[in-house]
Amino acid sequence: MQAVLWARANLFRSWWSTAVTLVLIYLIVRGAWSFIDWAFINAVWSVPQGPNGPNTAVCHAAQGIGACWAVVKEKYRFILFAFYPYAEQWRPATCIVLLILLYIVSARRQFWRKELALLWIMTLVVIGILMWGGAFGLTYVPQYQWGGLPLTLILATIGLAAAFPLSILVALGRRSTGLPAVRLLCVVYVELIRGVPLISLLFMATTMFPLFMPNGADIDKVLSAQVAIILFAAAYLAEVVRAGLQSLPRGQNEAADALGLSYWRKTGLIILPQALRLVIPPLVNTFIGFFKDTSLVLIVGIFDLLKAGTTAVADPPWQGFGNEIYVLLAVIYFAFCYAMSRYSRGLERDLDRARRR
Amino acid sequence: MADTVADPRLTNARHAPRRPLRLGWSDPRVRNLFWQVVIIGLVVAVLWFLIHNTNRNLAARHIATGFGFLFQPASIPIGETPIAYTASVSTYGRAILIGILNTLKVSVIGIVLATILGTAVGIGRLSPNWLLARITAVYVEFVRDIPLLLQLFFWYGLLQALPAPRQAFHPLTGVFLSNRGIKLPALNWVGAHDLVLLAFVVGLLCTWAWSRFADRRQAATGQRPRTWPVAVLLLIVLPVGVWAALGAPFHLDLPALRGFNFQGGLTVTPEYAALLIGLVVYTATYIAEIVRSGILAVPQGQWEAGGALGLSRGVVLRRIVLPQALRVIIPPLASQYLNLIKNSSLAVAIGFQDIVSIANTTLTQTGQAIEGIAIIMAVYLCFSLSISAFMNWYNARIALRTR
Repeated sequence: MQAVLWARANLFRSWWSTAVTLVLIYLIVRGAWSFIDWAFINAVWSVPQGPNGPNTAVCHAAQGIGACWAVVKEKYRFILFAFYPYAEQWRPATCIVLLILLYIVSARRQFWRKELALLWIMTLVVIGILMWGGAFGLTYVPQYQWGGLPLTLILATIGLAAAFPLSILVALGRRSTGLPAVRLLCVVYVELIRGVPLISLLFMATTMFPLFMPNGADIDKVLSAQVAIILFAAAYLAEVVRAGLQSLPRGQNEAADALGLSYWRKTGLIILPQALRLVIPPLVNTFIGFFKDTSLVLIVGIFDLLKAGTTAVADPPWQGFGNEIYVLLAVIYFAFCYAMSRYSRGLERDLDRARRR
Repeated sequence: MADTVADPRLTNARHAPRRPLRLGWSDPRVRNLFWQVVIIGLVVAVLWFLIHNTNRNLAARHIATGFGFLFQPASIPIGETPIAYTASVSTYGRAILIGILNTLKVSVIGIVLATILGTAVGIGRLSPNWLLARITAVYVEFVRDIPLLLQLFFWYGLLQALPAPRQAFHPLTGVFLSNRGIKLPALNWVGAHDLVLLAFVVGLLCTWAWSRFADRRQAATGQRPRTWPVAVLLLIVLPVGVWAALGAPFHLDLPALRGFNFQGGLTVTPEYAALLIGLVVYTATYIAEIVRSGILAVPQGQWEAGGALGLSRGVVLRRIVLPQALRVIIPPLASQYLNLIKNSSLAVAIGFQDIVSIANTTLTQTGQAIEGIAIIMAVYLCFSLSISAFMNWYNARIALRTR
């Protein structure tokens, strides 16, 4: 009885609502059925190994009717780690675990204190040692062999870790009243970077950074892309931080001045803790956008997760199975972004409640 | 009266007395000047170092500088050319102009479609129909959390997986879906159609004038003259009448299969279609959230007051809630439009030649990286500035006028 009442109120309120409900039910059932058909019932889960590699005839026969999950089984190591030496792939795998642990620890509010910065630095050092090697008996792996998920996570994490402090400085510079020249510099930086697409910055990084170096020293592609990402993220984060600084009541500033605090003590002890707390949800949203944006590095030829995925299906026996790989990649990206957005929303609710109390 | 001060003694008491400049560290003005000189000096030094290195490297690699290359013939093959272009004959300048036009072509249509889809989804999320609200929520959540580039690859792969021209899908007369793109019938444009278009524009202007008149009449007398018969007359009857008077010229250029490909008709290339679909589907999720929060920002009392006046939900939404929500919606919407334009640069990944793609090819061919990047930045800055100027103007127009 309850269910019928609920359905009448929420699904069949008027003839218009009823029509919408019926059309949607039809579309959902049809869509879900054809997806289940493709992904499970007609799917090929593994293929026999022939003399020259896997024999994908079964998959090709099922193309368009059923998914070929064998490609995922065959290629997942490549997609996750790209050209990292096969025997050493436990190292990037450990890095993934370490980074995810780092995110989880940073997300818990009881760990928000100064030691967290130390933890970040330590984790990044450990990850550097693991990825490069060349110490503690680990063989050296040059940067151009890195790839896949660890590279995506490293680009995003280091990008964030470096861009965040920079963005705070830029936001403070843009808000400073006594230093008009510095303010102008910050405005020009932020508006210029925000005005152009990330791709153009990545192109600039890969084509122009080598020109900037003395004696035409070769500069690593991953490093240039990382610098471009940092500059890009800092401009966007600076605007978010500035919004937080702006929404703080003037009285806080004046009270700190009245206590005779110096500029840096005032900023560090009074202004920033409050301003940053106000903008945590938009900050996390910027992080999400920025994590997705790291996939653009594939355009300048860096083997991030997406590039490793598209390369995996360029392999002749597996050509044409892009959709299966895209599903896998979408699941990975979705897992990270959705976790962040859920977290951001929960945090927003908590902070809202705390403010209202 | 407001600008005269009540007590003349207060005029001088408003400002703190200006302190004379003390040339010492304790004077904040001196400190500020010092820090500015230091920071600007550092930036100039770094810039000088970079420019010096760049000049040396350019000289060592024998790379020309300046924009002279714009007038040299470009050997860039371009698939979609809105204006005439021949590879190796036309200049780099023309190639870059085509890039700009291609970017505009995808951005303008993308903005229009994304706004429509986004508004519909945003309203759908607030629908009293539970299923509709759920589905739109799932769509927004799902599409937002997947990188646009991956989505573009997916759409492009989907369009390329369409059958070859010989087995093309043929849902309507003159419409073919194949892996060479989407074929649509094209109208053979003759001189008479210009006049029809002119009649339509005149009708549009007159309709607008009539609705202004109706507004004024309603304000004066409380009676609103009917607008829709006038609109039908001016927008449909007038152009159709002109068209019929000119002998009703109408000839459709239908695409037809000749050999291995289609002849005639309009072509939407798979690259363009994939980019457009990807941008619209992705940006619409953000626009939907903006529209939703804008509508939620309108107090519930407005809905109830509208209902109390006996208006239907649709009329309340259109006439009362949306105009108020627009004030909250416009500023973030402008930045989403800018994002769409910037995201259109992902075209380079699926082979649609927009400005970034063509400028990038130019800079690899000529080696003139700085000029190429400068062109990209200049073009996008122009786009950004014009969008913000337009949106600021529109925002000022609809802003709440308080007295």
